[in-house]
Amino acid sequence: MQSLLLAAEGGSASFPVLSALVILPVIGALTLLLLPNNRPENFKQLAFLFSSLVGAMAIWILTDFDTAHAADFQHQNSHTWIESLGISWHLGIDGISLWLVVLTAVIFPIAIIAIDAEHTPKAYYAWLLILEAGCMGVFLALDLFAFFVFFEIVLIPMYFLIGQWGHGERAYAATKFFIYTMFGSALMLVGILSLAFLNQAETGVLTFNLIELAESQAIATTTARWIFLSFALAFAVKVPLFPVHTWLPDAHTNAPTAGSVILAAVMLKLGTYGFLRFGVYLFPEAAVWFAPALVTLGTIGIIYGAIAATMQRDLKRLVAYSSVAHLGFIVIGTFALNTEGIEGGILQMVNHGLSTGALFLLVGWIYDRRHTREISELGGLQKPAPFFAGVFMVVMLSSIGLPGLNGFVGEFLTLIGAFAAHRWWAVVAASGVIIAALYLLWAYQRVFHGPAEGENATMKDLTFKEALIMAPFLFGIVFMGVYPKPVIERMEPAVEALIEHVEFHVEDFESPRPGHLGPVDDHGDDGAVSEEDDH
Amino acid sequence: MLGQLPTPPVETPDVVWSALSPILALAVGAILLIMFRSIVKRMPEEYDATLTMLVGPVTVLAMWIVGGLVGTDVPLADLRDDVGEPAFYIGLALVLIVSALFVKALEIGFDAAFTVGVGLVSFAATVVVWQQHFRAQPITEEEFLAGVAPDFGGPIAAFGTQYGVDGFALVFGGVIALAVVLSALLFDDYLRREGIDGAEMYVLLMLSAAGGLIMAGSNDLIVLFLGLETLSIAVYVMAAMHTKRTESLESGLKYFILGAFSSAFLLYGMAMIYGATGSLNLVGIRIYLESVIILDNAMLLAGFALLLVGLGFKVAAVPFHAWTPDVYQGAPTPVVAFMASAVKAAAFAALVRVFYLAFIDFRDDWQPVIYAMAVLTLLVGAFLAIVQRDAKRMLAYSSIGHAGFILVGVQAATERGVASVVFYAAAYTFMVVGSFGVLSVVSGRGDRASSLDDLNGLNRRSPVLAFALTLFLLGQAGVPLTTGFVAKFEVLSAAVDARSYWLAVIAMISAVVSAFLYLRIVLSMYLGTVDEDAEPISVHPTAALAIGVALVLTIGFGLVPGPIDQLANDAILALAG
Repeated sequence: MQSLLLAAEGGSASFPVLSALVILPVIGALTLLLLPNNRPENFKQLAFLFSSLVGAMAIWILTDFDTAHAADFQHQNSHTWIESLGISWHLGIDGISLWLVVLTAVIFPIAIIAIDAEHTPKAYYAWLLILEAGCMGVFLALDLFAFFVFFEIVLIPMYFLIGQWGHGERAYAATKFFIYTMFGSALMLVGILSLAFLNQAETGVLTFNLIELAESQAIATTTARWIFLSFALAFAVKVPLFPVHTWLPDAHTNAPTAGSVILAAVMLKLGTYGFLRFGVYLFPEAAVWFAPALVTLGTIGIIYGAIAATMQRDLKRLVAYSSVAHLGFIVIGTFALNTEGIEGGILQMVNHGLSTGALFLLVGWIYDRRHTREISELGGLQKPAPFFAGVFMVVMLSSIGLPGLNGFVGEFLTLIGAFAAHRWWAVVAASGVIIAALYLLWAYQRVFHGPAEGENATMKDLTFKEALIMAPFLFGIVFMGVYPKPVIERMEPAVEALIEHVEFHVEDFESPRPGHLGPVDDHGDDGAVSEEDDH
Repeated sequence: MLGQLPTPPVETPDVVWSALSPILALAVGAILLIMFRSIVKRMPEEYDATLTMLVGPVTVLAMWIVGGLVGTDVPLADLRDDVGEPAFYIGLALVLIVSALFVKALEIGFDAAFTVGVGLVSFAATVVVWQQHFRAQPITEEEFLAGVAPDFGGPIAAFGTQYGVDGFALVFGGVIALAVVLSALLFDDYLRREGIDGAEMYVLLMLSAAGGLIMAGSNDLIVLFLGLETLSIAVYVMAAMHTKRTESLESGLKYFILGAFSSAFLLYGMAMIYGATGSLNLVGIRIYLESVIILDNAMLLAGFALLLVGLGFKVAAVPFHAWTPDVYQGAPTPVVAFMASAVKAAAFAALVRVFYLAFIDFRDDWQPVIYAMAVLTLLVGAFLAIVQRDAKRMLAYSSIGHAGFILVGVQAATERGVASVVFYAAAYTFMVVGSFGVLSVVSGRGDRASSLDDLNGLNRRSPVLAFALTLFLLGQAGVPLTTGFVAKFEVLSAAVDARSYWLAVIAMISAVVSAFLYLRIVLSMYLGTVDEDAEPISVHPTAALAIGVALVLTIGFGLVPGPIDQLANDAILALAG
């Protein structure tokens, strides 16, 4: 504890960049609130300015990231918050959270610049900035209290974004979203407190520090399983896993476009990241014990999401259900509890953020132009908007998991991992990839092919600005598909350390490494990656 | 620990007047105001304005002087020595002028200004008493070399053993004094709008608060009863003060009858306790219970039960809550703000004081009862609030729910539990004063527009009020970065620390249910439609000040909860010591 604090103090002599990532958007939001209402166009510019500052800082962190020590938390920043409870404002970044932080920092400015607020821009952009601060906080927090604060705070801006700027049954969707997620996290709070106080009973120190709690592992096995369950429920709702996913289609469909983009690209990752950082890391034994159940739910989610997506008539709802399926891959990868699975899971978090974020953006633009998202009313858009169709095609193929694009790398790694751990589930999950091709290609065919009639014939193509906005997505999709090594090598030490942590703390547990089982004949993790590159 | 307290003198109790100064300030203030108003019914306009303006500097001076009377030296003496006397007095003069101008800018009436001043003086006295008794007194180098031990202060018995001045009582006293200040600011706007003349409301407010302070520090059941009655009778009258509105009269009458009923239960409970232990003094009771093995404790348990009924009524715990919605709906809104904040805080202070200080050895007997009450209170408060159509009625049920949360902390019966009660009561006080403050302004003349539908589209009529109410409701919902969240966190910590996991789970479920409700209201403020003829709402500066202060405290201590947390924890140590 002492040494940790000292280390943190030593680090805080330099600029507390992680705190800045969280606080800067809040300052932006407050600035917006203080601006007079007579120049509404300024709000968007200012919000973009603040979020791109955050983006720039995240990129700087990425370049400054010490890959050799990717398993350690870097740029740590710690201040006492509530002394009597041992709570501190403690932030840090490692190889696992790095990419999610970068993803968040990149997606937000894009979502802000890409879509204009339909009304009351001041509050709209202020909420978006607060949402960014909350998401950043979740990915950076190393204190359970701070984590919970951020995990909860993101609900508020999202609730208002859906409720105030949404479409259709927005109030219903916002409320459903809120109740589901808050109910999940309500029990997690009791879990967090139980963990801290039971840990205090064993070790004599009351702390909410993630690292200390994870390293001490002082809690009895059965109790830890119960507490894990309370965490898992919160994350399962957020992911969302199969039986508690029903808020997602409603929220996505009725949310404003920027809301959908952020919900898909960043907010769903709060759950999967939570599973990794606050599930597997904090409760290794319980994670191993519950892994089969969670993999089962993930697999059901893959198949169910894919089938449900196939049957949707609303393009946005289709993409929403495809999210359920994609998130299922992340969960089965994570709970394969081997390097490939977890790396694939993290990679897939980023991939899903890129491809589904871009898909929601494109669907939003279609809606702006045609004022409908019904697949049956669209058709032949390829003729008036060939460029649009091309971009849509690339993004969609990435979502399907076409080799050479990013989706393939992630799905492939998760499936390798899952195959080693739970062979038959992986077989079932793999068929989800095929169904994904089915519903996405079919949707593409119905929307873009065929004769363009009525308003469809005059749909505007992608503007230059829109093309510029799509450029980072396309770059990420292609780059990570062709050359994922820089991404993987930065997360690998952290993932390895996590697996060692699990193996160390769980008796009789050995990570099911693919090499040991035979179906994949490579020796290490690099092998799997280089095999990737050959495609 | 208890032996260190002075043995009770039989003849004349030792009175430490300085430690009683917060109560004296309120009581003397009330008497001065009623005497002044009974002589001078109405003053010419220009005198009135000048006199009101003078209240500002007089308050500042009074705070300074009272601080000097209570403490060993006048406040800011260090600063005076540092900057030199001339500079210090020039600065003081500037502060006096600024305070006069500030009062003028507030456009506040004399009575309200006077009450605010008295509240501030009481608060200042509380702070000084706190420093006297709970801070390590700095000792000089010579004293140190001479072997004088530093005086760390500590709880003292201020009136024989009947009244204890300890951190617990002082924190509650400070909270109640601030509630007086904020309520008086809200009263000013309300009374003027409703055309109610006279200083009675303010006098009653101060008397009632004095009763609350007595309750918070009572170390004797009879003193507790006196404090409770002083507090309650004043509030009964305040609830019925708007004589032109039948709802107000009805609410006052209802409150009075049910309140009298509960007082009877409380008295009967005290009699039982006396019968079982032979003492009404909390210290005496505890010494008796520690030293004697009671073979037949039926009378003691009956005493517990009756005390719980009486105090449960005051804190509006289920099943003794039925009066709350009716009274809250009918009574003038600023009075409700005071009832939900100061009265509730004082009642919880008394509850914790009696059960934690005197009956801690019997916690196995009363904990389960409070557990059950907490569960019922949480669930009733959360679920019945959903179906309400009236904003005040809804907030009444939500205040029942909050009482449930505080009971979760009481139930823990640990130091952490008591600290969480202090924290929650303080945090809730400011949130609820703010919420009712906004409602008071919105509902307009005669409190007519107090239905939830009247909040629809509030954002169009007054964005600032809508924003303030949003934050207060989010705070009540327990959204992070407000005091409401930290308060819930503390209470749940206490419950989990005491291994009451299921109670914590039930509390969180009820928190989710009520969060749904608050957010629905918030959304309707931003989405709802407004009538074309609905006028924009103008906020009187006094009401704006009250709401603003409550807002700053709710958000500020939500972001930086450390100071209140520290205060709450210090308060515990003092209670036990």
